[in-house]
Amino acid sequence: MKIFDYVRPATVPEAVAAAVEPGSSYLAAGTNLLDLMKGGAMRPDRLVDVTRLPGLDRLERLADGGMRIGALVRNADLAHSADFARAYPAVAEALLSGASAQLRNVATVGGNLMQRTRCSYFYDVASACNRREPGAGCDALQGENRLHAVLGWSKHCIATHPSDFCVPLVALDVVVEIEGKNGRREIALEELHRLPGDTSERESALETGDLIVALRLPGNASSFAAHARYLKLRERTSFAFAVVSAAAALDLDGGVIRSARLALGGVAAKPWRARAAEEALAGENADVKAFRKAAEAALADARPSGDNAFKIELAKRIVVRALALAAAGTPERLPALPASPFSSVPRALQHA
Amino acid sequence: MTFSISLTVNGERRNVALDDPRATLLDLLRERLGLPGTKKGCDRGQCGACTVLVNGRRVNSCLALALSLDGAEVVTIEGLAQGDELHPVQAAFIAHDGFQCGFCTPGQIMSAVGLIDEGQAGDDPERVREGMSGNICRCGAYRGITGAVLEAQKLLAERDRRNAA
Repeated sequence: MKIFDYVRPATVPEAVAAAVEPGSSYLAAGTNLLDLMKGGAMRPDRLVDVTRLPGLDRLERLADGGMRIGALVRNADLAHSADFARAYPAVAEALLSGASAQLRNVATVGGNLMQRTRCSYFYDVASACNRREPGAGCDALQGENRLHAVLGWSKHCIATHPSDFCVPLVALDVVVEIEGKNGRREIALEELHRLPGDTSERESALETGDLIVALRLPGNASSFAAHARYLKLRERTSFAFAVVSAAAALDLDGGVIRSARLALGGVAAKPWRARAAEEALAGENADVKAFRKAAEAALADARPSGDNAFKIELAKRIVVRALALAAAGTPERLPALPASPFSSVPRALQHA
Repeated sequence: MTFSISLTVNGERRNVALDDPRATLLDLLRERLGLPGTKKGCDRGQCGACTVLVNGRRVNSCLALALSLDGAEVVTIEGLAQGDELHPVQAAFIAHDGFQCGFCTPGQIMSAVGLIDEGQAGDDPERVREGMSGNICRCGAYRGITGAVLEAQKLLAERDRRNAA
């Protein structure tokens, strides 16, 4: 690991001023950053420790019925907040399907949004990676790429965004509050992560020094609470990133869909909102026929970026199952294996 | 540049001067504080061998920057037993053969202590297995580990009830 300077600012403006200096990187829990620094994929000159900044670890109910989540709220605390989980069950389920209990105990909301791709060529400094080193090329294109992107990729980069948490959040129209050198601004979470195009090194809409200070769930996001699920297919039962995942949320009037929200994970360089599918679902009966049509709409533009054509069909099936589970109703208590299509008990079917 | 930090480790206040900011909590415990019970497995947050409690919560000490934890309260495997009396989780691991080679065991035990304290798993073996999925055991002692966690949880609940009475 390269040596670095370490500063621990006491206020948000001090943190931004410190991070504007070239070579700076914010440090929260460090669960992704230290991992990347150990492998040499990230080599910051200076760490700006934000963990002691005041006021960023709060969960607040808003006047419009929404909720504001401070950027330093820990994943485990958010998922286990009864108020939060009741209003946004698919978000709690996504959080609990990610990483391990040890990591969730420290990992922060802001850090989750800013985590880097798990593309192994990005991690391996001996490989060519446009994301890590602009213009170097992309070894994933001709490499082991069965888990790479099927939507929104380019010849410059086929990496995916690894977050579970972001998938239901983007479906629920979450807003990101950002403090930068010119003060406070906010953007839709959907605009935070960028598709690679020919500048894959520019991963987000953040500028140098920008600090995520909070997320806001709008008032109407809790109207899906009775019919919201996150479903995530992994290559092992637990503690693995998504091969593909889907967050599905329905607002039902009897058996008819008043409105629907749908987003996919593990398919693109950003959490993928499937608006065409949502439009296809509105006004339809909540049945498998409608869900299949929605899945086709969600993946209509999908193309394999390598040995991953299977992910397109898999994503469609995960979408259908997530919608079917959402229609069946949010469970009273999350299953033992949150978001899993499988059970850890041999021969038992989780959702049979 | 030297940084001074202060930690409470297993109930004892420890002041450390760090001349290298790169030290993780794991390195600090093993190399500077003479506490090698916490193990370095993958050193990347994937195996759980380095699990300790920080401010009462189980964490991967390999991914925690020591500097950032200034002022924290840390409990390691060395801090569990009371003299010669094993912690109920330690005793349950022995009773249930919850290990073979023993390398992952300090992390497994610290993780189990954290899991029981979190109180989310209850007496459901499936939830215990999921709650322990951040700890890999390459000998495959998972059956014994799950049994040990369930029994220790019961013993601790009984002890709490007795203490409350």
